[in-house]
Amino acid sequence: MEAFLHQILSGLAAGGIYASLALALVMIYQSTHHINFAQGEMAMFSTYLAWTFIDAGFSYWIAFVATLGISFLAGILIERIVIRPVERAPVLSVVIVFIALLVIFNSLAGWIYTYTIKSFPSPFSAGLFPQNPYMSPHEMGTIAVTFIVLILLYAFFRFTPLGLAMRAAAQNPVSSRLAGIRVGWMLALGWGLAATIGAVAGMMVAPVVYLDPNMMAGVLLYAFAAALLGGIDNPFGAVLGGFIVGVAENLLGAYVIGTELKLTVALVLIVAVLLFKPSGFFGRVIVTRV
Amino acid sequence: MKAGGGLDGRRLAGVVLVVLALAALPFFLSDYRTFQFTQAIVYAIVLLGLNILTGYNGQISLGHGAFFAIGAYTAAILMDRFGVPYWATLPAAGLICFVFGFLFGLPALRLQGHYLALATFALAVATPQLLKYKRLEEWTGGVQGIVIIKPDPPFGLPLSQDRWLYLFTLVVAIVLFAVAWNILRGRTGRALIALRDQPIAAEAMGVNGAIYKSTAFGISALYTGIGGALGAIAVQFVAPDSFTAFLSISFVVGIVVGGLATLSGAVWGALFIQFVPNFADQISKAAPWAIYGAVLLAFIYLMPGGVASMLRGVAAKVLRR
Amino acid sequence: MAALLEVTDLHAGYGPTNVLSGIAFNVEEGGITALLGANGAGKTTTLRAVCGMIRRRGSVTFAGERIDGRATEDIVRLGLAHVPDGRGTFVQLTTEENLRIGALTRRDRKAVAADMDRMYGYFPRLRERGSQQAGTLSGGEQQMLAIARALMLRPKLLVLDEPSFGLAPLVVQDIFRIMRTVNREEKVSILLVEQNARLALELADQALLLETGKVVLGGPAAQIRDDETVRRAYLGY
Ligand SMILES: Nc1ncnc2c1ncn2[C@@H]1O[C@H](COP(=O)(O)OP(=O)(O)OP(=O)(O)O)[C@@H](O)[C@H]1O
Ligand SMILES: [Mg+2]
Repeated sequence: MEAFLHQILSGLAAGGIYASLALALVMIYQSTHHINFAQGEMAMFSTYLAWTFIDAGFSYWIAFVATLGISFLAGILIERIVIRPVERAPVLSVVIVFIALLVIFNSLAGWIYTYTIKSFPSPFSAGLFPQNPYMSPHEMGTIAVTFIVLILLYAFFRFTPLGLAMRAAAQNPVSSRLAGIRVGWMLALGWGLAATIGAVAGMMVAPVVYLDPNMMAGVLLYAFAAALLGGIDNPFGAVLGGFIVGVAENLLGAYVIGTELKLTVALVLIVAVLLFKPSGFFGRVIVTRV
Repeated sequence: MKAGGGLDGRRLAGVVLVVLALAALPFFLSDYRTFQFTQAIVYAIVLLGLNILTGYNGQISLGHGAFFAIGAYTAAILMDRFGVPYWATLPAAGLICFVFGFLFGLPALRLQGHYLALATFALAVATPQLLKYKRLEEWTGGVQGIVIIKPDPPFGLPLSQDRWLYLFTLVVAIVLFAVAWNILRGRTGRALIALRDQPIAAEAMGVNGAIYKSTAFGISALYTGIGGALGAIAVQFVAPDSFTAFLSISFVVGIVVGGLATLSGAVWGALFIQFVPNFADQISKAAPWAIYGAVLLAFIYLMPGGVASMLRGVAAKVLRR
Repeated sequence: MAALLEVTDLHAGYGPTNVLSGIAFNVEEGGITALLGANGAGKTTTLRAVCGMIRRRGSVTFAGERIDGRATEDIVRLGLAHVPDGRGTFVQLTTEENLRIGALTRRDRKAVAADMDRMYGYFPRLRERGSQQAGTLSGGEQQMLAIARALMLRPKLLVLDEPSFGLAPLVVQDIFRIMRTVNREEKVSILLVEQNARLALELADQALLLETGKVVLGGPAAQIRDDETVRRAYLGY
């Protein structure tokens, strides 16, 4: 029983990471209906950035904040420079641009930091949370961070004018322009937020899987599964999907099929959701009167 | 060589000339270079297959590395376990991949654009792990993979193994290109393109989208599988880590660079993915992929028609003079 | 009275097809101008061209500034609010959020809150439906919402594209009454596209008649209203 509980709880921790990356995917999907295949590699690159700061002797939290800031700006720049030219292009062009970004970030990381794995610190020390046999401080910290991210995002979108403007731009660009909203910048901000959230996910997962240029491939697949399961246009659904997928992955791994088919499980999940419940379990049902 | 054009005398002569030149090529090259060109032909076959699906039919696949792997493993297992001659593994690899492709194509019918890309991307990422799976180890050799023996030329022909394999691969490629050319210039080709550009109108005019699209998936996988089998025979080795998501991505790079929905584009794309990384490799292990990324962006922004359409443009200009 | 909006030699269209071929008109500051014309005459196209929503060529001046090269959001920020054809509701947001969106470019928070109350005063039904998803409002309610959202901008010029479309006669009267109030008391100039020529001519000071991309007639509304031949030939009443 104790082992079972442990599996569930550490599944929740992994789920938190999937949830964060899924949130990043949702940020971009909501406003552009694009699935950002480069999200994982962007997060990976951000994590290397954090590693660079820490390696240079900065404290973890300074590195953390600096990384988030830089990632935010980089996300905006990527949207403005790389994505904007294909905003109205056919899907194939958009997908290829994402693939190009994926490849560029992956190889850039390999080029700058080499392919040897590096360890990455966890900011959560033992004293931070109540001692217990089920979860490590890092696992508890990861879950806490996921909720903090979610709450901050919720507050931002719900209560700030900028958040409202971003929601408006995502839903109805034409009407938004007629209200004076700079829609192009709202999309760029969405990218900035996505890159920032992705950076958080990267920094949370790196202490577990170690830092290397390919560390996000599996995480990204699970984040896709999570986002689809929850409804790729719904941030809450995506987070819930993340936790569900994390727990399911852990339980399946521990009791059913072992860990060696993790990615196949994600594949099956993705295809199954796409086929049988394309809007996910919590995808927004739009009520419209024409 | 654009599908749809007829084959008049001048063009036929041109094609024959190119084929003769290609057949003569290995006799001017070292064995190692010959091997590299064999691989380029293998990629050309794969890109042709992917282009039928993505270029002509508009279904995005980021997962063709999986079919390539299935073809390669089919050939390797048949040769290693059952002593099947190498040439006989090709139809088997093609058939098995056709079935897999067709089956994957059925659910893919309900997926469009980004979602199909996502599903196939997941397939690409999951492939190496699946190949390592313990229960399949008895067949696949697990992480170690399977080593196979390079075939000798038949009838005691005085050829090196590499030259023979090159010629063999070339013949297979010519047959496959001829078949593709025939399929694409006729009713089927028009139906595929119509389903890509005007899906609703095409269905309304009686084109059975489901059959065409899943068959396109099957044929595309068949080509890729045969390519995989030939590739395995040429490399003499299959192992899970040769079939990562990056393999699938390099196929996509190939069709974009070569030119979507063109036959000759498959050749240009193949030359690109075979030789450009080799040059770039000398800079750094990561460099080829950085170059792939940059080239992909450049093509999408500046030359969406790929090399094939660029050459056609140049040719048209020269002829007009 | 000076012209708030000056349009000269405006060409516009969609893709390769031209719809407007060099139209010219003015909208007086503080006045109500009606733009009339048959279906497909190019009224909606004119409004879109003025707001920079489609490809256009020619000169458009608003409040003394050239706007023909500017992006829609910049034109709107100069104080030109557009209630578009089809209402442009943000269907997944609440009624209240829709109204707040109208005022997003404003910085005077207190005044925004007061304006919100004023809108609810004009359209009490919107207050009742404040937290309801706007996509579930009735067509008439959405039209009210669209007008209220545009007014939340505190525009100098309010441009309306067929505000009476699909509304019950009583609601139409309501809306026209509010337009008059807004015009008189808040000094908002109005450019009104309307199928109901009779109503529009009663409300407007000036009127223009558009026919296949050209202005064929323009002048004081009263004059057009009283000219029977024009009424018969173009307005059909
Ligand atoms: N989005 C569009 N794409 C192409 N053509 C269009 C588009 N919108 C309008 N048109 C064409 O432009 C012409 C003018 O249309 P417009 O909508 O301006 O007419 P209107 O005067 O507003 O008519 P109505 O009273 O029916 O609303 C029509 O011939 C129409 O077919
Ligand atoms: Mg109209």
